[in-house]
Amino acid sequence: MNNLVYLVPLLPLAGFLINGLGRNFLSKPLVSLIGCGVILGSFVISLVLFFDVKSGHNTLANAFEFIRVGKLSIPFAFQIDPLSSLFLLIITGVGFLIHVYSTAYMKEEAEPHFARYFSYLNLFVFSMLLLVMGANYVIMFIGWEGVGLCSYLLIGYWFRNTEYNNAAKKAFVMNRIGDLGFLLAIFWMIQYFGSADFAQVFSKAGIMPSNDKVLVGITLLLFVGATGKSAQIPLYTWLPDAMAGPTPVSALIHAATMVTAGIYMIARSNLLYTLAPTSQGVVAIVGLTTAILAATIALKQNDIKKVLAYSTVSQLGYMFLGLGVGAYTGAVFHVMTHAFFKALLFLGAGSVIHAMHHEQDIRKMGGLSKWLPITHITFLLGCLAIAGIPPFSGFFSKDEILNAAFEKNPVLYYVGLGGALMTAYYMFRLYAMTFRGKFRGTHEQEHHLHESPAPITMPLIVLAFLAVVGGFLGIPEIFAKDAHWLEHFLSPVFAASTERAKHEPMPHSTEWTLLAVSVVLILASVVWAWNKFSRYEDKGIEETGFGKILANKWYVDELYDAIVNKPLRAISVFLNNVVEKSAIDGIVNGFGRVVNYGSRQLRLLQSGQVGSYILLMVIASVVFFIIQLFMK
Amino acid sequence: MPINYYIFLAVALFCIGVVGVLTRRNAIIIFMCIELMLNAVNLLLIAFSKMHHLSALALDAQTKAGTEAQLFVFFIMVVAAAEVSVGLAIIVMMYRNIHSVDVNFLNRLKH
Repeated sequence: MNNLVYLVPLLPLAGFLINGLGRNFLSKPLVSLIGCGVILGSFVISLVLFFDVKSGHNTLANAFEFIRVGKLSIPFAFQIDPLSSLFLLIITGVGFLIHVYSTAYMKEEAEPHFARYFSYLNLFVFSMLLLVMGANYVIMFIGWEGVGLCSYLLIGYWFRNTEYNNAAKKAFVMNRIGDLGFLLAIFWMIQYFGSADFAQVFSKAGIMPSNDKVLVGITLLLFVGATGKSAQIPLYTWLPDAMAGPTPVSALIHAATMVTAGIYMIARSNLLYTLAPTSQGVVAIVGLTTAILAATIALKQNDIKKVLAYSTVSQLGYMFLGLGVGAYTGAVFHVMTHAFFKALLFLGAGSVIHAMHHEQDIRKMGGLSKWLPITHITFLLGCLAIAGIPPFSGFFSKDEILNAAFEKNPVLYYVGLGGALMTAYYMFRLYAMTFRGKFRGTHEQEHHLHESPAPITMPLIVLAFLAVVGGFLGIPEIFAKDAHWLEHFLSPVFAASTERAKHEPMPHSTEWTLLAVSVVLILASVVWAWNKFSRYEDKGIEETGFGKILANKWYVDELYDAIVNKPLRAISVFLNNVVEKSAIDGIVNGFGRVVNYGSRQLRLLQSGQVGSYILLMVIASVVFFIIQLFMK
Repeated sequence: MPINYYIFLAVALFCIGVVGVLTRRNAIIIFMCIELMLNAVNLLLIAFSKMHHLSALALDAQTKAGTEAQLFVFFIMVVAAAEVSVGLAIIVMMYRNIHSVDVNFLNRLKH
């Protein structure tokens, strides 16, 4: 079994090397075949590993000793347990569909760039697999950095466009800020527990008292890392800008996999968080705030990908809310369903953009259901899933998180429900403006409208199927007893936490009430948005008042610019003009001037007169003689 | 004779040599002054050697202790002779080139 474990990340790595090195002479079909083939291979192996885990057999594969310093030993080890095997399936499965989709979506690119794209994509999958398979925080961190790098490379894939490059740089810098927190947390763990191994850290932390200062510190630092990678307040602003990359990249990296790395990390460290309720509170509050803030911004965006990006930020916020209230299974469940429906929505948006010849403004779309039937149906299913309408997948996962929030504190539930209503509203605004009503684009665009080819529609259909049925993996107790398959599957991972945070399940009557209220409200907002935006006319009116604030994303970018960029720039100008030019240059030039002056004076001693040299010699001898007399 | 006299004489000779080297410009006279200094040192070596030998003899009639310094004197004389031959050759070459033995003319190493 160990050798199979190694193959999972090695296949994408091989694909990366072949496509990357052979980009100038491999043909496009060959590149596509290699790029998709290696991911399919990983997926098949992941399935084998999954069934192995399902039969109750976890694998710990120790490849080699990575770092050995003094008593500290960090092995390059992979761990396959329920949590990582589930993520493996999501990454390789959704990843494979997106690779297939990319073969059609990117086919207009020149051959070397086409191969470059696939090599980056394979490298990304490799890094992501390292991240979830690592058996200690250091291996996780390697993958963590790798996915950050690939995210940067793929956002800036069209590198001739300065704006895209800036978006890529922004993503990288924002991620680095978070990574520092993660790195500090690892150092602290190694210093305090003497190991970065999951098993050892958790067993040592398990006997510590609740809310120990060290645990709170470590978990907060880990959470800083998660806010960077998973786009939470205050580091979320990179994700909407990351839409500069190709759409399949947005689907794979910025919706389905990479941005959920933070959730994986916290779910993996669930015991630490359960033992540090303070940090859990912070996670819940930050997650909920992000969910609401991003949802309000999404209400007023007109770029099809921007709406989806803010919706991703918002959904990630829900996952963190789930983690924060101790619903680890719920959060992982939502990661899974979100991977299905958000990848579907992004790929659907890509199909629309493809048909509209790179037009992304939904004000210029409308009525596309006539020309794009498959995209339309799958997109609608995705919207129903994300809005949380039963029995689609989003309903089950979101409901589980919100119920857990209610048990913790009803306020969290009400605010979260408000966000869910906004989600339903903006998703159906997006859907209605894109697919309903009259076409508002140019005649030329209308003439060229066509359904996308099979490599694009097939992944859509598969993902739509998953988005519809994915929720049945976690049917809540009130519908059927012991039907929550995912909870059983993941229970070994979260066992220590569940044991420590035991609580009475809430009465079924309350749960039914909550369920009914939320479904009715969500349906109402869906119908409202559908009716309102099906008749949308582009009148070219600027937003005013509060709407303008939302359309401008609460001016957060401007705020960051004012409180971080501007002062930093002012300091740099000051450092350049004052410190650099007068102080440092003064010191350097001053040294030069002193040496210059000194040597000019010393040169006078070299008169060429033998007599004067000898005189100096005699004087020196006498001086040394006197010195040695007194030294005694 | 007390050792002091020898020391005074040697120091006087050495100082005369130093002052000569410093003040005179004629290369040959500078040369002679250097010889004077070397001989002052020789004289001192001999004087101390004799002194040590006498004090050692008082303890042991057969001893050779203290006589080693006299060997150095011979060494110095040999080295001085070699130096004289080289130095005189340099002075001859100098005279051939600049028609003078004044060392102050030899300041071209300055630049």
